[in-house]
Amino acid sequence: MSAPRADFPLLAAQPSLVYLDSAATAQKPRVVIDAIRDYYETANANPHRGAYKLSGAATDAYHGARREIARFLGAADADTLIFTRGTTEAMNLLATAWGHQHVHRGDRVVVTRMEHHANFVPWQQLARDVGAEFRICELTDDGRIDMDQLRLLVTANTKVVAFGHVSNALGTINDVREIVKIAHAIGAVAFCDGAQGAPHLRVEFDALGVDAYAFSGHKMLGPMGIGGVIARRALLESTHPYQFGGDMIEFVFDGDSTWNTLPHKFEAGTPNVEGAVGLAAAVRYLDGIDMDNVRAHEVELTRYALAQLATIDGMQLFGPAAAEARSGVVSFNLSDIHPHDLSTMLDVDGVCVRAGHHCAQPLMRAIHQTATVRASFYVYNTAADVDALVASLRRAHARFHAHAG
Amino acid sequence: MSAELDELYQSIILDHNRRPRNFRVMDDASAHAEGKNPLCGDQLTIWLKLDGDVISDVSFQGSGCAISKASASLMTAAIKGKSRSEAEAIFTKFHGVVTGAHPEDAASMGSLKALSGVSRFPLRVKCASLAWHAMHAALGQDEGGTAAAAAPVSTE
Repeated sequence: MSAPRADFPLLAAQPSLVYLDSAATAQKPRVVIDAIRDYYETANANPHRGAYKLSGAATDAYHGARREIARFLGAADADTLIFTRGTTEAMNLLATAWGHQHVHRGDRVVVTRMEHHANFVPWQQLARDVGAEFRICELTDDGRIDMDQLRLLVTANTKVVAFGHVSNALGTINDVREIVKIAHAIGAVAFCDGAQGAPHLRVEFDALGVDAYAFSGHKMLGPMGIGGVIARRALLESTHPYQFGGDMIEFVFDGDSTWNTLPHKFEAGTPNVEGAVGLAAAVRYLDGIDMDNVRAHEVELTRYALAQLATIDGMQLFGPAAAEARSGVVSFNLSDIHPHDLSTMLDVDGVCVRAGHHCAQPLMRAIHQTATVRASFYVYNTAADVDALVASLRRAHARFHAHAG
Repeated sequence: MSAELDELYQSIILDHNRRPRNFRVMDDASAHAEGKNPLCGDQLTIWLKLDGDVISDVSFQGSGCAISKASASLMTAAIKGKSRSEAEAIFTKFHGVVTGAHPEDAASMGSLKALSGVSRFPLRVKCASLAWHAMHAALGQDEGGTAAAAAPVSTE
């Protein structure tokens, strides 16, 4: 069961558009757009600042959104959800604030070969800055984290294991609980990049055991510029602030300052209230569908897509073979056609796919590709979208190989 | 089949993509420069041999999409035997055609005319011009009288 296309104004206005790039950003349902307009038309003021009623309304809208999003992600303690611009800022917050405080020369930082640059470079640079070891856990041939290697890499001097819930380039769903177990066994923390997890899978933060889980609102039907990180309260309380300014302070003396309580301590400056309100509307919409149905729909589409794509001559698929082992992401190359040429040809047929390295250059090197084509699915996609993709790929293949000789 | 795609992926483009001309490393080059497109991962190197003011030999190697590879291949054919200023003038004209600024120049460009379809795809202009920017950088490098590599150019 898919969500009605009519719920999404952009898709409704362009009936022939085949949007297969939701792993980059999702289209927005009308309820999200309306929630943002409604906030500005009825409750806009700077939260926390004024003693007047309107500022109170803005404060309520902002923290009400935080409670809804925390509940959606399975976190009982809503004040441990820190809003950021998205996953990138969240991982930088962890690497900069927590990292510089806790990772020292001779320590080890472990990431995996499938990380998005946003969960790779902050740790790589932290390790360089402090003189720590930076180790990359390799993947199996079918694009999963090599858990045996991970167990060997996570040594007693390891302080953090940073890994993605779901690979943005391969779609692989990682075993979060097992990775947490490996990290915690030697006292390291486990930080999870949930940019591709939260939109597609039911996240039960309190049960997962991870020390922090980051997400991006725009990939889960919400607006751009909002996302966040949920972390264990003790970890946040013992970590020095990341940015300084308004809202995050308690008292500012001439020589030093003290910090506000959570979540304010990590939210300096005027917050993105419209983003939080829009994202709350998005998670209500997803709750309305039910995340179990979101997942079932994507498994069905992915299984169909993998089967259909495999019927095209010269098709090379990357990542796990079973649809159940992936989110709705299918990464491939077709014959010797460069992904950018494919993307241009698909675009002429109204099919939007991502072509490139998917901000995962370390992974591309490991699978010996400079780039791949990625089709990704979400609640509004249907089997007809897969059929349009496959038909367009066949036309592209015929065009490129008509003159071969 | 779409007419704009027919124009973009003409048989001469597909042929040069499949069998690029002058696709080799040049050991005795006077200058060379690298061109890259970080977003796509496209990467190529242009080598030039200069006899006085004349480009007596030119070659390239690298990986990229059909447009960037065919453009590099066609470029090597177009500038071999030309003077520096003639090569730069061809680049200027080529750029005007692929960006759509001067479509009227396409007719006088010989084989390079095959790339005029790029003007209908603004996102692909950077692919078509990658080799040319690298050639321009290599020529600039040689003026200094050194055969060292020019700084890499990027079309992003």
